[in-house]
Amino acid sequence: MGQIQLQQVTKSFGNVEVIPPLDLTIEDGEFTVFVGPSGCGKSTLLRLIAGLEDVTSGHIAIDGTDATTLPPAKRGLAMVFQSYALYPHMSVRKNIAFPMRMAKVSQAEQDKRIDAAAKALNLTDYLDRRPGQLSGGQRQRVAIGRAIVREPEAFLFDEPLSNLDAALRVGMRMEISELHEKLKTTMIYVTHDQVEAMTMADKIVVLQAGVIEQVGSPLELYRSPQNKFVAGFIGSPKMNFVEGAEAAKYGAHSVGFRPEHISVSTTEGTWQGTVGVAEHLGSDTYLHIHGVPGCDPMTVRASGEFTVRHGDTVFLTPDMNHIHKFDADGLRVS
Amino acid sequence: MARSVTQQRKIINTAAAWAVGLLIFFPILWTILTSFKTEAQAISDPPVFLAFDWTLENYSVVMERSNYMRFLWNSVIIAGGSTLLGILIAIPAAWSMAFVPSKRTKDILLWMLSTKMLPAVGVLYPIYLIFIKMGLLDTRIALVIVLMLINLPIIVWMLYTYFKEIPGEILEAARMDGASLRDEVLYVLTPMAIPGIASTILLNVILAWNEAFWTLNLTAAKAAPLTAFIASYSSPEGLFYAKLSAASTMAIAPILILGWFSQKQLVSGLTFGAVK
Repeated sequence: MGQIQLQQVTKSFGNVEVIPPLDLTIEDGEFTVFVGPSGCGKSTLLRLIAGLEDVTSGHIAIDGTDATTLPPAKRGLAMVFQSYALYPHMSVRKNIAFPMRMAKVSQAEQDKRIDAAAKALNLTDYLDRRPGQLSGGQRQRVAIGRAIVREPEAFLFDEPLSNLDAALRVGMRMEISELHEKLKTTMIYVTHDQVEAMTMADKIVVLQAGVIEQVGSPLELYRSPQNKFVAGFIGSPKMNFVEGAEAAKYGAHSVGFRPEHISVSTTEGTWQGTVGVAEHLGSDTYLHIHGVPGCDPMTVRASGEFTVRHGDTVFLTPDMNHIHKFDADGLRVS
Repeated sequence: MARSVTQQRKIINTAAAWAVGLLIFFPILWTILTSFKTEAQAISDPPVFLAFDWTLENYSVVMERSNYMRFLWNSVIIAGGSTLLGILIAIPAAWSMAFVPSKRTKDILLWMLSTKMLPAVGVLYPIYLIFIKMGLLDTRIALVIVLMLINLPIIVWMLYTYFKEIPGEILEAARMDGASLRDEVLYVLTPMAIPGIASTILLNVILAWNEAFWTLNLTAAKAAPLTAFIASYSSPEGLFYAKLSAASTMAIAPILILGWFSQKQLVSGLTFGAVK
């Protein structure tokens, strides 16, 4: 069991309140991602749950029992850090064994769990090496191994893939997702990368300035963002916002269209503009169009075969089934 | 572009470095040479450099006259004891300053260092009186405490600098892994800081070994270390240079040998963190 409940949790550093009162429930077995721009308080929130920071007020319950004042080790949580935080003076085997050694697990049981974790994470050949002799991806796997052997109530990941190169990141993303499928343990994952959030999460918590902007499944957030911040943050490339008089035509303060919900034509359409930068990805082409009223530049997704050049005139037509309307406060208008 | 160094320049630089090195080492070399001369040769004018009758007589006289081994043993106890005690106190102190600093941590560090600026003689009288009252005068335990206290600021500073280099996340990981504070310091922090701790120990052993002010003033016969052994050969009724040199050589030999074998450790420790 690994249900985590935050009730009216706040955190201040000196006079600065980084987390205003916040309520959140993470269900047992759920893969929850905290996502938001840097400085939004997502890492602080994770550290509060871990017990590495003390809450200023409010309560944290793990599995229904109050854990607010428990030290980190007593919360039954395992954490994987961005910098891996491996013990450089210990071999991989000793690194993985460390939490079990602290918990006074019998040697036979330790060996059994180390072998199982090493097999699952492809680390069997590296058990006697030091962390310094491993690549970034291998180090992160050791950090995950060290977390697994504790058989925790929940895993906490603090931007675990930020130090890896792009190709490795995609691979590790899969591995962590598969691990979740296999273990079915609660996982909380902090990232600033909305692609990681979208691809891995059961539930995404979007944070800004310590405030939860929206909680929902990836597709809920994508299809019906509750405000402009979430609309702009989730989805890549970003949603286009049309402001001013042009938005008023649609009866809103501002309206948003995702790049994939705008069709491009060389002959006719709602808006006319000129091509600025065209990014050819092969499968798709992203066009940055200048001159659209109320939105400059507007990003649209065209098919990979669609060939236009810088300076060409194109016509754009938004898909009215996928219009997002917002009021003057940035809140969604249905 | 790498700086190009001509062969000629290299030779000049090397020669200059050797000259400076020899100049600094010369007094020690002279002491060692003098210890093998007779008293007459030791004060002859002009001085003789190498062409004298090498003799071990001074050493045998010194060994006969004083109990060298007792002084040596006192030095070992005092230097080793004060360093060990200092390290035991400084590790937790440096840990808290490096990893859970308060608003005043920087001030406390500076204040600690400022005590090193106090002239020792200024507190000699009160300390002397306290030690008389406590019956600690001329005891090794007194010198262990005093030398530990005067070197503690340096030990804390050095360890603080080394600990600052250790990423806090690793200690947090240990905490998450269930390590108590004791486990964290014992199994994670200390092993990671071993090079730093080793050079701190070495430097402080050397400082304590060479310390003369307190060791001369607070000891008489029982607890006197090698510094007092040297001093006992500088008599007011006429100097015996050769014997004094022999005594000095015997006093500095152990620490010189220790320094020689550990110089790699010392240099790497003292420049730790200066370059990545």
